[in-house]
Amino acid sequence: MNELIFFVNKVLVSGMVLGSIYALGAVGITLIFGILRFAHFAHGDLMTLGAFVTFILTVMAAALGIVAPIPMAILVLPLAMVIAAGLALGIDKGFYEPLRKRGAKPVILLIASIGVTLMIQGLIRLFSGVSTRSFYADTPKQIFRIDMSFLGASRPIVVTEPQIWMIGLTIIAVLALHFFLTRSRLGKGMRAMADNADLAQVSGINTKLVVRVTWIIAGSLACLAGTMLALDVTLKPDLAFNIILPIFAAAIVGGLGQSYGAIAGGFLVGFAETMAVFNWAVLLRPFRAGLPDWIPNDLSIVPTEYKLTVAFTILIIVLLVKPTGLFKGVSS
Amino acid sequence: MIRRAALLYFGLAGLIILVALVMGAPFTVRLSVEALALSLIALGLNIQWGYGGLFNFGVMGFIMVGGFAVTFISVPVNIEFWGSEGPFMLLKVLIAAGIGALLIMGANRLHRLGASPRWHRSAQVAAWIVAYIMYRSQIDPAAKYIEAEAGFVGGLGLPVIFGWMFGGLLAAGIAYIIGKIALGLRTDYLAIATIGISEIIRALIKNMDWLTRGTLTVSPIPWPVPRPQDYQAFGVDTFNSFVFARAGYLAVVIVVVIIALFLIQRAYGGPWGRMMRAIRDNHISAASMGKDVKSRQLEIFIFGAVLMGIGGAILTSFAQIYDPGGYQPINHTFIIWVMVIVGGAGNNFGALFGGVFIYIVWVLSEPISQAMFINISQFSEGVGWGAIPDIESRSLQMRVFVLGLVITLALRYAPRGLIPEVVRK
Amino acid sequence: MALVALENVEAGYGGAPILKGINMEIDASDIGVIVGPNGAGKSTALKSIFGLLKVSSGTIKFDDEDVTNSLPDRLVPKGLSFVPQEHNVFTTMSVNENLEMGAFIRRDDFSDTMDSVYEMFPPLKEKRNQPAGELSGGQRQMVAMGRALMSKPRLLLLDEPSAGLSPRYMLEIFEQIVKINASGVGILMVEQNARQALEFASKGFVLANGQNRFTGTGKELLNDPEVAKSFLGG
Repeated sequence: MNELIFFVNKVLVSGMVLGSIYALGAVGITLIFGILRFAHFAHGDLMTLGAFVTFILTVMAAALGIVAPIPMAILVLPLAMVIAAGLALGIDKGFYEPLRKRGAKPVILLIASIGVTLMIQGLIRLFSGVSTRSFYADTPKQIFRIDMSFLGASRPIVVTEPQIWMIGLTIIAVLALHFFLTRSRLGKGMRAMADNADLAQVSGINTKLVVRVTWIIAGSLACLAGTMLALDVTLKPDLAFNIILPIFAAAIVGGLGQSYGAIAGGFLVGFAETMAVFNWAVLLRPFRAGLPDWIPNDLSIVPTEYKLTVAFTILIIVLLVKPTGLFKGVSS
Repeated sequence: MIRRAALLYFGLAGLIILVALVMGAPFTVRLSVEALALSLIALGLNIQWGYGGLFNFGVMGFIMVGGFAVTFISVPVNIEFWGSEGPFMLLKVLIAAGIGALLIMGANRLHRLGASPRWHRSAQVAAWIVAYIMYRSQIDPAAKYIEAEAGFVGGLGLPVIFGWMFGGLLAAGIAYIIGKIALGLRTDYLAIATIGISEIIRALIKNMDWLTRGTLTVSPIPWPVPRPQDYQAFGVDTFNSFVFARAGYLAVVIVVVIIALFLIQRAYGGPWGRMMRAIRDNHISAASMGKDVKSRQLEIFIFGAVLMGIGGAILTSFAQIYDPGGYQPINHTFIIWVMVIVGGAGNNFGALFGGVFIYIVWVLSEPISQAMFINISQFSEGVGWGAIPDIESRSLQMRVFVLGLVITLALRYAPRGLIPEVVRK
Repeated sequence: MALVALENVEAGYGGAPILKGINMEIDASDIGVIVGPNGAGKSTALKSIFGLLKVSSGTIKFDDEDVTNSLPDRLVPKGLSFVPQEHNVFTTMSVNENLEMGAFIRRDDFSDTMDSVYEMFPPLKEKRNQPAGELSGGQRQMVAMGRALMSKPRLLLLDEPSAGLSPRYMLEIFEQIVKINASGVGILMVEQNARQALEFASKGFVLANGQNRFTGTGKELLNDPEVAKSFLGG
């Protein structure tokens, strides 16, 4: 039974956590792609930036002597999301909008987003140094151990407090996005513009407003995802740069431009990663005595150090077998 | 246009002389070698992006492959490895991989034997899984054994020049595989796919300790010309030995760059270049005129990768150390893009200029920002705000910001680069 | 006073102008039909009214107000609506949502307008929750027109509403156009099926080479032997 608990901890809980972060990032990328038709490479750094904004607010709140029953980062998160949305708008105004006005091709915008990536990274490291920070410098992370002894297991299922927040907030964010896109006038306008930008313009939809709303949503979701990631691990300047690639894989696997696809893609990639590096031999351990000797002790599909390659292998297979993604993305 | 290019090159020469006066000769010669090697890589990207319109965000992967190639060829033979069971075990790995490849190829051809599409697909998946398991069952123990007994496989002890050539060749082979997989994709997908593949290459090289020694690094890697210590052995003083040795290396690199430039310019001026431009600007109409767009694009992708591989090899042998942990997308992919965009995509002299110029900016922005920070720090200390902590590591980050700023400014104010493509009718 | 008036309009896509001084006037009671050979600038004329390309000289007045080079998001609230020839529905959105998008600029309750659109095109009502991309060509054209009507326009611009439709659907669409006009909406349309369209047109414009060649009522143009010979295929 302990082996099964190990599986739950290593694969299901980790996959859920990873999937939440990937999903929130991929939704932003897919929305931006749907509206503006370019792959926004700086999204990972938008996440890092958001996490740093939250961190600064947390420090400020602590300095003001504010105490709360929930982690301070969660308390200041709404404000941080607003600030991050503003930053995203500013980045668009400063760097992407002038290029769009000139009628630059999406590829040029993609290259510009690389420039933005480098600038954000440079600035963050300039101000914060390269050191690693933790949201839990003073108070230790609360850890929940769910006792599984009634199933005959001696080990508990382990979930940390930020992980629970992360999964809960992801569900809330996804539901909010769903209602926004299907119920509100602006959300439908966004879908219309992603579907057919020319017709949206002809219909009198204020396309500039839609673009702004897109950046606001993408920026605030990026802040949420970045903060969650920083809470779960630690806050580093290259926090999200390392996960931008799996996030892109998630967005493409889900079909670029498809919000629901991006969410599904995020969880798919998240679980695939945890399952690929999981040592399946663990599950065989109870039957070890009855099994032949030649079965090795390590049955992970790929060694842990190759975790990053899992997302790409999925991506490449999807691109080759079903290039529009599993949920039929927009073609451009 | 030619006047403008000449003026820019004069300015660049002036900048290099200025650097030499301030920073000294050994530093400047080293800077020049690295800048030219990166320019060679930028020329490779210019072929792919400027001529072919192919988006390659995996430059780092090719540079790493080139570095591995020169290490493998030129590092001395590891007798411990050849005396052990290692070669035999690797032979078994090769056989397992070969059988696996045959299985996959067989499964790919199954539909010719009349298998239904569903059977065909399942057989393909099964073949891949079996091949992977066979390969892993051989490679895992072999890798463990070699790492324990001999450290790593070592090199072949051949002249460095062969290593550079092998770098180009190996990069070409990998470009062929990548091109076969990814070139049919849309631009943005291609960008992500290439960046992903380069990350996979990095993960492999970093972790295949038995082959590359991974993060343990390999050194010293020999030079094609006498090294500083060789001069010192003849009684030349340290300062001059560095200048002489690096100048010798520089001369070899200049020859390589000139040969590459000559060949590309000739090819580009001829019918091949015309066809490439036609494909880039409108591949649909080019296809309708009977041009085999896909294999032409593959050709150009491989061609560019060869230069990247050679450039990577030159960089590694110059540094005398192969450290897979030292490769970062910023320093090895994005900076090359900045070079090509700022220099002028589609113009070789633009890419060359961009390569040298951007590298100088990149290297110099560190000491300049450091000086700036020290001044600001002294100022803030003077007014009682305290000094800025960690000036060293912070000012190092300044250059990342500068790089980003340069590329966004270039895209906005000089989208065609400083020495733009000459549009030939 | 004309609802929309074009005076010596020159326009194009940046290169040589495609329209070389066009004049047109449409009243609220009119059905205007633009006919002419390929490349005459028929669609260009519609697009120039709707701000989709640059007017380099001349003026366009809507309701006596100068709207030259105004963008759609300003024109739609003033009472103009445009149905493009192709890609004229949001394929991933339901019929209902397509209509809602037509009413994007409206802040009031538009359910009665929607009811009247469904009344006008009964087949749409049963498919209201289906994605528009799954509908047939004729039904899509209905969605496109319905979407354009949702903003309660005073002038409806239609670019080849019958293109690619079977004759049965073509007649149905034409019938609806006459009905829409009867409810007080001015119509200006480009049509390939010139004979059928001129039958019910109160104004006809024959364009060639970006210039007006003949102008008159639909009947006049149909009866003009020269128009018939050169532009209506004998």
